[in-house]
Amino acid sequence: MPETLVFGKPTALTEVPTHYCPGCTHGVIHRLVAEVLDELDLTRRTVGIAPVGCSVLAYNYFATDFHEASHGRAPAVATGIKRARPDLIVFSYQGDGDLASIGLSEVLHCANRGEKVTVIFVNNAIYGMTGGQMAPTTMPGQVATTCPLGRDVEQAGYPIRIAELISTLRTPAFVARASVHSPLHAVHAKEMIRRAFRCQKEGRCFSLVEVLSTCPTNWGIPPAESLTWLEQHMLPYYPLGVFKTPEGPDRAPLPLFGGA
Amino acid sequence: MAQHDVVIAGFGGQGVLLVGKMLAYAGMRENKEVSWFPSYGPEMRGGTCNCTVVISDRPVGSPVVQHPSAIIVLNLPSLDKFEPLLRSGGLLCVNTSLIHRQPRRDDVRVVAVPANDIAIELHNPRGANMVALGAYVGSTGAVSERVLEEVIQETFAGKPGLVEANLQAFRRGVAIGRGESTQEVTA
Amino acid sequence: MAKKLMKGAEAMGEAAIQAGCRLFFGYPITPQNEIPEYMSARLPQVGGTFVQAESEVAASNMIYGAAGAGERVLTSSSSPGISLMMEGLSYIAGSELPVVVINIMRAGPGLGGILPAQGDYFQATKGGGHGDYRCLVLAPWSVQEAADLVQDAFDLADYYRNPVLILGDGLIGQMMEPVEFKADRRPCKPLAPKTWASTGWKGDRPRAIINSLFLDPEALERHNQKLAAKYAAMERDEKRVAEVGTDGQYEVLVVAYGTVARVVYTALDDLRQAGVRAAMVRPVSLFPFPYEAVRRAAEKAKAVLVAELSTGQMIEDVRLAVEGRVPVHFIGRQGGMLLTPEDIAARVRELAAGEGSHA
Ligand SMILES: Cc1ncc(C[n+]2csc(CCOP(=O)(O)OP(=O)(O)O)c2C)c(N)n1
Ligand code: SF4
Repeated sequence: MPETLVFGKPTALTEVPTHYCPGCTHGVIHRLVAEVLDELDLTRRTVGIAPVGCSVLAYNYFATDFHEASHGRAPAVATGIKRARPDLIVFSYQGDGDLASIGLSEVLHCANRGEKVTVIFVNNAIYGMTGGQMAPTTMPGQVATTCPLGRDVEQAGYPIRIAELISTLRTPAFVARASVHSPLHAVHAKEMIRRAFRCQKEGRCFSLVEVLSTCPTNWGIPPAESLTWLEQHMLPYYPLGVFKTPEGPDRAPLPLFGGA
Repeated sequence: MAQHDVVIAGFGGQGVLLVGKMLAYAGMRENKEVSWFPSYGPEMRGGTCNCTVVISDRPVGSPVVQHPSAIIVLNLPSLDKFEPLLRSGGLLCVNTSLIHRQPRRDDVRVVAVPANDIAIELHNPRGANMVALGAYVGSTGAVSERVLEEVIQETFAGKPGLVEANLQAFRRGVAIGRGESTQEVTA
Repeated sequence: MAKKLMKGAEAMGEAAIQAGCRLFFGYPITPQNEIPEYMSARLPQVGGTFVQAESEVAASNMIYGAAGAGERVLTSSSSPGISLMMEGLSYIAGSELPVVVINIMRAGPGLGGILPAQGDYFQATKGGGHGDYRCLVLAPWSVQEAADLVQDAFDLADYYRNPVLILGDGLIGQMMEPVEFKADRRPCKPLAPKTWASTGWKGDRPRAIINSLFLDPEALERHNQKLAAKYAAMERDEKRVAEVGTDGQYEVLVVAYGTVARVVYTALDDLRQAGVRAAMVRPVSLFPFPYEAVRRAAEKAKAVLVAELSTGQMIEDVRLAVEGRVPVHFIGRQGGMLLTPEDIAARVRELAAGEGSHA
């Protein structure tokens, strides 16, 4: 019987095995981005920007040209690349320490200038690479190595909702939040990523997709339970949906799967 | 010997950093000069880790030792990595429960310790590191067994059940290190 | 207090607390995360405050604020983060504020790696940020010395109203050694009340303006000259150096600082047993650099060897000290690779035998 290939690796990914911990969802998000690049036929003209964080080696996994940026500055680097070569598709891939803490200024201004680039923002509620310190997105009460008694909102404030924050800007943009803790959610996440890259492809606007992700290692929770932990603790605080589209001023989160 | 330097290596989670600290702590209690240095860096994500402990009568020079006088290896990657570095005439404590190849060096002393098997036999499966530590101490006398037993008592003071279990594991290792016991186990 | 086995990073944090520091602002970076982690657990126990800043730029300005308000304050980071702190440090030096900053150096440039290196010597000792300023720079070689120097650093910072940098590397941060904190420790400098601090103006003193802006060029020049006089006083009074074997006869003098000096120490031991005569000078203060001590020790040697985990930075100060009287050679590793006692002993043997003078 002749064999038909029904499932394979996207051409936008290399053959290199990733260094991510078992059960980490960074790898899933890489794959979704790569599939979208392939499907929109963008792979050959894409330049990615790797952050400082666990995905610092993303340049080894995406089969596109890449820049490494200093901690938090990826949106500024993206601006430089896109202004120099507007024909390129430029995306940054950043963690929550990188984007929401040290790099908050860069991403806000990049969005506010309406740079036609795409930001993939991976929110795992912790600093992964440096060993589990508190992130701006760490949940209230969540234990991290720099808040050993749990995040105290009196001292550290509440977790920052990046998608909501960016969507308050007047400049047109596409801003959404998705998650990858179940296959169904991953399908939705891919659709959000596709819409983001389409906005860039059509030269319309800045786009950002926040993707909720797990860090079993630094949460100290086994991989399968991590997915449940995300669903139970992060989803209620970080609603999924589209927060802003280039067409409309509507800032109300749109429901996840059709009506609700 | 004026100076003992030992590399203790295994998988993350086998407790190699902990027994290294306990050894250094025992040395300090004996008023010796000591240092403890852990591997840190990208290799830790790969799952292996190690530490170097120096116990000396004089101030410790480099805390990183190129050619240690002893190595305690709890898994195969550690044996592969550190066996070639062991000083000639040095001591190789090898965990034969998890390492099934023979050491290649013929200019070193080998103490074979079925550390995991003994730990399981003692119903203390996480105590393999203590067995290996015992074998090293029994074989080298780098610190006194009595002081190390005190350190075990202090380390696990909060969990009384573990004190006795780890003392037993340590003593079984010491017996092997001294050559009083062969490595047969009943488990 | 009895001796405790502590990691260098934790011992430095505890030393700050023992020195009366109750404020820490910092941002995570390997290989020094144990310092903020220790402080986040320990400071609340003593009524202090730990803040994880959003960036090192912010942390450097938080310590500027806290020091201006008259409190002892600490931050720590590693090389890429220290680069970001240069903004705050320049303002702190310009405004004459006391802060202590720990740099646990890692290999660079750029993101580099996370293993030990000494590539930030120039940045630490020759300014680092913009403008004409200096930080006092102290380089420990053991956990005990790290703890002692951190405590002294707070006194020196207060006395000179100047930033003090502790320059360590990943080895010092990660290794455990016995440390003792003396209960009866006295400040290493006489300490005056901080009448210049912004503590709320009640009319009983001039208003406290914490500032480095001087639009009048003559006033700014006067300010620069005042700073220069302060740095000259540091050069006169604060040089610290340790020597091994310089009172005897030797052919080769090795100059090294921080943990590299530990490796040299082991090498000297091996060399002595082999009958090769060598000695070591270890600068403990890198600014001010102990030029005279290095010169004196070098004059007795046939050759000087500088050992660093860089491609050669402190060697420039050693050359200035030696003034061409003795050839100065270099041995170094980079990128997180370490020098071994064997490397150093081999090079010393060559130099003692009169070989290797090509380098
Ligand atoms: C200027 C600077 N400061 C700090 C660091 C250390 N550092 C490396 S990764 C990281 C944060 C990682 O967390 P996150 O962005 O949430 O990504 P994750 O690892 O969780 O994917 C930090 C603080 C650095 N490399 N450079
Ligand atoms: S530390 Fe966390 S974020 Fe980083 S690879 Fe491991 S699981 Fe993923």
